[in-house]
Amino acid sequence: MNVRDFLAMGGYAAYVWPSYAFTALVFTWMVLSARKAHRDALAAARKRFARARSGS
Amino acid sequence: MWLWFHKLGSPPHVYRIAGKITPWFGWIGGILIAAGVFGGLVLAPADYQQGEGFRILYVHAPSAWMSLFTYVVMAVAATIGLIWRMKVAYSVAASCAPIGAAFTAVALVTGSLWGKKMWGTWWEWDARLTSELILLFLYFGYMALRAAYDDQQRADRASAVLAMVGVVNIPIIHYSVVWWNTLHQPASVTKMAAPSIAPAMLVPLILMFFGFNIVFGALLFTRVRGEVLLRERGADWIRELLGKS
Repeated sequence: MNVRDFLAMGGYAAYVWPSYAFTALVFTWMVLSARKAHRDALAAARKRFARARSGS
Repeated sequence: MWLWFHKLGSPPHVYRIAGKITPWFGWIGGILIAAGVFGGLVLAPADYQQGEGFRILYVHAPSAWMSLFTYVVMAVAATIGLIWRMKVAYSVAASCAPIGAAFTAVALVTGSLWGKKMWGTWWEWDARLTSELILLFLYFGYMALRAAYDDQQRADRASAVLAMVGVVNIPIIHYSVVWWNTLHQPASVTKMAAPSIAPAMLVPLILMFFGFNIVFGALLFTRVRGEVLLRERGADWIRELLGKS
C-alpha cells in the first residue's frame, strides 16, 4: 500500500482525517488543561504562603 | 476496608498517591492509544460494507463510551460526597466534568462526520443523538452551576444533586438504539456471545478502549490534585509540600 492510497482512505479521506484530527485536538486540550489546572493551583498555594510569610 | 476508605478521604494521601501513579497511567494509556491508532488506520482491513469509513469507529466508539463512563464516575463521586461529606469525592466529581464534556464533544463530532458519509446527514434528531447532546448540556450545566456559587459547599451540594438527577439520561443513551427505531446502529462489540467483527478489526478497538480509560485516569488524577490543593488551601501539608520543592 502506498502513501497516497493511505491518505485517500478509499474516498473517505474528508471524513476519516477530520475525525482523527478533532480527536487529537481535544486530547491535546484535555492534557494541557488538566496540567494547567494543577500548575495554577500550585502557584496559588505558593503565593498564599508567600503572602502569609511576609504579612506575619 | 475502613482504613482504606479513610485514606481515600485524606487529601494529602490522595494528592501524593495520585502524583505517583499519574505518569504511569499517562504513558501506558498513551502507548495503547498509539498502538490502537496504528492498528485501526493501517493494519485493520477495510470493512466490506462501510469501506475505509469505518475507521472513524476507532475514535468514535471509545469516546462515546468514555462520555457515559465519565458521567457515571462523576455522579457516583458526587453521591459519595453528599452522603459522607467527603471533600475528596467532590474534588473527583468536579474534575470529571470538563473531561466528560470533551469526550462527549469528540463522540458527537466524529459521529456527525460518520453520519454525513454513511447516512447522508450531519445530524438527525433521533434518540441516540439527542440523548448524547443532552449529556453534553448536562456537563455544561454542572460546570455552570458550580461556577455560579461563591460558596464551595453550596456549589458541591447543588451540583451533586444535578449530577444525580442527570444519571437517568445514561441508560436512555445506552438503550436508545434498542428502545427506539434509530438511525444509529446497535453495538457490535458488546454482543458477548459472538462479537460480530473480525479480530484484526477488533483488537485495535480494544486497545483504544483501554487506552482511553487509562488516559482518563491520568487526566482525572491530575485535575483532582489541582482541586485538592485549592480546597485545602492554607493546610500545613501543602506548606510542607511546597517547602520541599
